Amino acid sequence: MVIIIDYHVGNLKSVLNGCRRAGIKAQISSDKDTIRNAKALILPGVGTFKAAMEHLKETDLIDTIKECKEKGTPILGICLGMQILFEEGNEVSQTKGLGFLSGQVAPIQCTLKIPHMGWNELYFENEHPLLKYLSEKEDVYFVHSFQAYCPTEEVVAYARYKEAYIPAIVAKENVMGCQFHPEKSGETGKKILKAFKEMIAC
Amino acid sequence: MLKKRIIPCLDIKDGKVVKGIHFNGLKEVGDPVELARCYDDQGADEIVFLDITATYENRDTMYALVEEAAGSLSIPLAIGGGVRHLDDFRKVLLCGADKISINSAAIRDPELINQAAQEFGSQCVVVAIDAKKNLQTDRFEVYIKGGRENTGIDLVDWAKECQQRGAGEILLTSMDKDGTQSGYDIDMLQAVCAATHIPIIASGGCGSIEDIVDVFKKTDCDAALVASLFHYGVSTINEVKERLKENNIPVR
Repeated sequence: MVIIIDYHVGNLKSVLNGCRRAGIKAQISSDKDTIRNAKALILPGVGTFKAAMEHLKETDLIDTIKECKEKGTPILGICLGMQILFEEGNEVSQTKGLGFLSGQVAPIQCTLKIPHMGWNELYFENEHPLLKYLSEKEDVYFVHSFQAYCPTEEVVAYARYKEAYIPAIVAKENVMGCQFHPEKSGETGKKILKAFKEMIAC
Repeated sequence: MLKKRIIPCLDIKDGKVVKGIHFNGLKEVGDPVELARCYDDQGADEIVFLDITATYENRDTMYALVEEAAGSLSIPLAIGGGVRHLDDFRKVLLCGADKISINSAAIRDPELINQAAQEFGSQCVVVAIDAKKNLQTDRFEVYIKGGRENTGIDLVDWAKECQQRGAGEILLTSMDKDGTQSGYDIDMLQAVCAATHIPIIASGGCGSIEDIVDVFKKTDCDAALVASLFHYGVSTINEVKERLKENNIPVR
């Protein structure tokens, strides 16, 4: 069972629906034992970096998630859930993240409209099993004002927003993240979740 | 490159689509969920449900509908109409909606924009604005209550205030153009695009594919809301996107 972590942030139902469409057996939970025994974890989230970390603290789930990361449980962060996988965010104020990926989260530096909202193309940076069913330039749905600034080794795919280079899929060992919403990205999103399902053999 | 979005809008009353639908392949005409799924399959970039149910008591019908639609759509779903308080926001989001649009409620209580943006994030807060040109002053003015009441508020000032309060997007409807099928209100849209830095959805006046090409060529709008053109089967989403591509307008 894949556990979608409920820490009172955002659109859990969309993620659950997206998993179901991709054939992933998933369940929403904030129970520590359920999370510990999960085959994989999905960390959703919308809102602000600071609020997300505060909610994780309030629900007392940080240590449990860290424990899962250490023992190799695959973890997929989506949107803000991806951003808090990094070391630090500066939305609202400087806030420590989970630190599973190296890098910071800061405003998108771009002269175009912010938020970066809508469908944008993916370009590949590094090979990764999540890309198994994708071709370059397929469109996925983004909606965010902040982005990760991280080493390119961690970047699997990115998007271009005028001068901005936006890490779109990031990964390091068992930790993965999507800046966009695969659960809202039509067929392309479904293919990414299908690849995730195969990776975790669930 | 970011793509221009084509967004079908479904007007819903008591759980049914109310604008006439002439659509092939639909099992039950007027079923919003089925129609939304058709549009999703055809390549719509987002769906808007506009609840025009008159009474507040019928909200439960809408919640059930949102839940069913969100469960089967693979693209974002926005809900408008009847959202008045922060608690309504929470309920609709919990049903699986991705964005909420507020109109009169935002004028009555502008703090609602700030509160919703802080609580749920700007990405889900869409401010819908209905506006009309005042021919005496040559200014665009904001109307509420479905266009029945002129607030006298200047459109550009209000749009800037919405952005500053944390709105993630503006859905701008021209009352002069709505229902005329004579094209989008280019002047009005351009005035708001020039004064703001958040995405703008153009609404009101779309009568042909050329109108959609026109709005993207002449304004910096990010998305076009389309109703009758699709509902009456005049054009398909695919035809719209093909024509936009021929005109070098980026679409998915």
